[in-house]
Amino acid sequence: MELEKLRHGTELIKRGFAKMQKGGVIMDVTNPEQARIAEDAGAVAVMALQAVPADIRKSGGVARMADPQIIAAIIETVTIPVMAKARIGHFVEAEILQALGADMVDESEVLTPADHKYHIDKTDFTVPFVCGARNLGEALRRINEGAAMIRTKGEAGTGDVSEAVRHMKQIMGEIHALKGMTKEEMIAVAREIEAPIELVIETSKLQRLPVVNFAAGGVATPADAALMMRLGADGVFVGSGVFKAENPEKMAKAIVEAVNNYDNPEVLAEISKGIGSGMKGISVDTIPQDQVLQTRGW
Amino acid sequence: MRIGVIAIQGDVSEHVEALERTLAGRGQVADIVTIRHKGIVPGCDALVLPGGESTTLGKLLIREGIAGEIQDIKNAGKPIMGTCAGLILLAKRGDEQVARTHQHLLGLMDTRVNRNAFGRQRESFETELGLPFLDTPYNAVFIRAPGIVDAGKDVTVLARIDDMIVAAEQGNVLALAFHPELTPDPRIHQYFLDKLS
Repeated sequence: MELEKLRHGTELIKRGFAKMQKGGVIMDVTNPEQARIAEDAGAVAVMALQAVPADIRKSGGVARMADPQIIAAIIETVTIPVMAKARIGHFVEAEILQALGADMVDESEVLTPADHKYHIDKTDFTVPFVCGARNLGEALRRINEGAAMIRTKGEAGTGDVSEAVRHMKQIMGEIHALKGMTKEEMIAVAREIEAPIELVIETSKLQRLPVVNFAAGGVATPADAALMMRLGADGVFVGSGVFKAENPEKMAKAIVEAVNNYDNPEVLAEISKGIGSGMKGISVDTIPQDQVLQTRGW
Repeated sequence: MRIGVIAIQGDVSEHVEALERTLAGRGQVADIVTIRHKGIVPGCDALVLPGGESTTLGKLLIREGIAGEIQDIKNAGKPIMGTCAGLILLAKRGDEQVARTHQHLLGLMDTRVNRNAFGRQRESFETELGLPFLDTPYNAVFIRAPGIVDAGKDVTVLARIDDMIVAAEQGNVLALAFHPELTPDPRIHQYFLDKLS
């Protein structure tokens, strides 16, 4: 087989990678030990970052891409895919992550944005991207820029699932509302939500986003993860929820099992027993407006 | 006729849709069931193990009590198709990565696998692949794909890329390192359904 006959980084390959994550749990980790715990628990991938969102929130300052040495060490440690976060608009951080061998880049509002006008042109990359969204317009703009996967923004680092719920219901509601619309009506919607008409039509036809759609931002317990699956998420990101819990090993394993049993309350009851308390968290209502993460990006 | 798709994790709906499309094209009707818990596999006439993360799939197949049921399906001679992660799970032996992560293998084929034979996501690729049962090449999509490093004498090798076996079968068990469920070409699912009739 001649190497030049292999085609890399096509849309099919990028979106296909995201499809392999469906029904799974992706966990935030900050070092190889945590990555090993996540893998042993049955996570489908890990997200490498410098500090979990709850700590980023606490420490303040500028949050950037994680130390490449830590990302490389995590890549060495686990066999499951390793994702990593780049700042919104920081295409050089994304290039570095691609060079390191990260399997997916999260252009994330959890980090301090590097560009207040433009997101990264993700079509230029071989590696696929995941991006956060609060509504259909935001999701379709990211897909138009080349995102292969969408996740709700929720409100990261809070352990309060209410914003993830709000964003998932918002996106699903807007998709359902497209059903049965004429082209003329969809053109009006596309203009209103500032999304390309082709993607609006495709979404209407599919009655789902054209890429995989995960829940993220505030998931802290097995019940939270199951709730997001019930609302139609393809899978779940857990940020601070695992390693800020009383017993990360038990919590990680319980959340993985909850996602596979999301529609069975009896099993969820068993899974949720004796796993220790979840992260303490903070209620979203009490966060000052200037410390809200979900309004980063547009 | 009932076809089961293991639905613990991975690109399950893509396999379901590919099976539905292929069946419709053949004018056949079948019950396609997705399986996340034990008790459903024994009622199936054929099984699909989709792509996903093999480490996760292996752990949950055991925790949910499905692994043993799949073994019984194989012993009954019913057709099984595994794609990507499915190819790993079907194997008897793994590499050091498989050993270190305590990856559970079903051991339904006399094969030894390399979990990430073709590298990380940036090395994932599409290519035209020739298969002995097809007249023209198949556009095969490889995503962090595994490969079969060596196979016993009862295994028929169907395709290789360099030294790596990427498609093989043993009796009614078919293993593919790529994802026929991601492309609209129904010929692989057709070949699988032929084993049923």
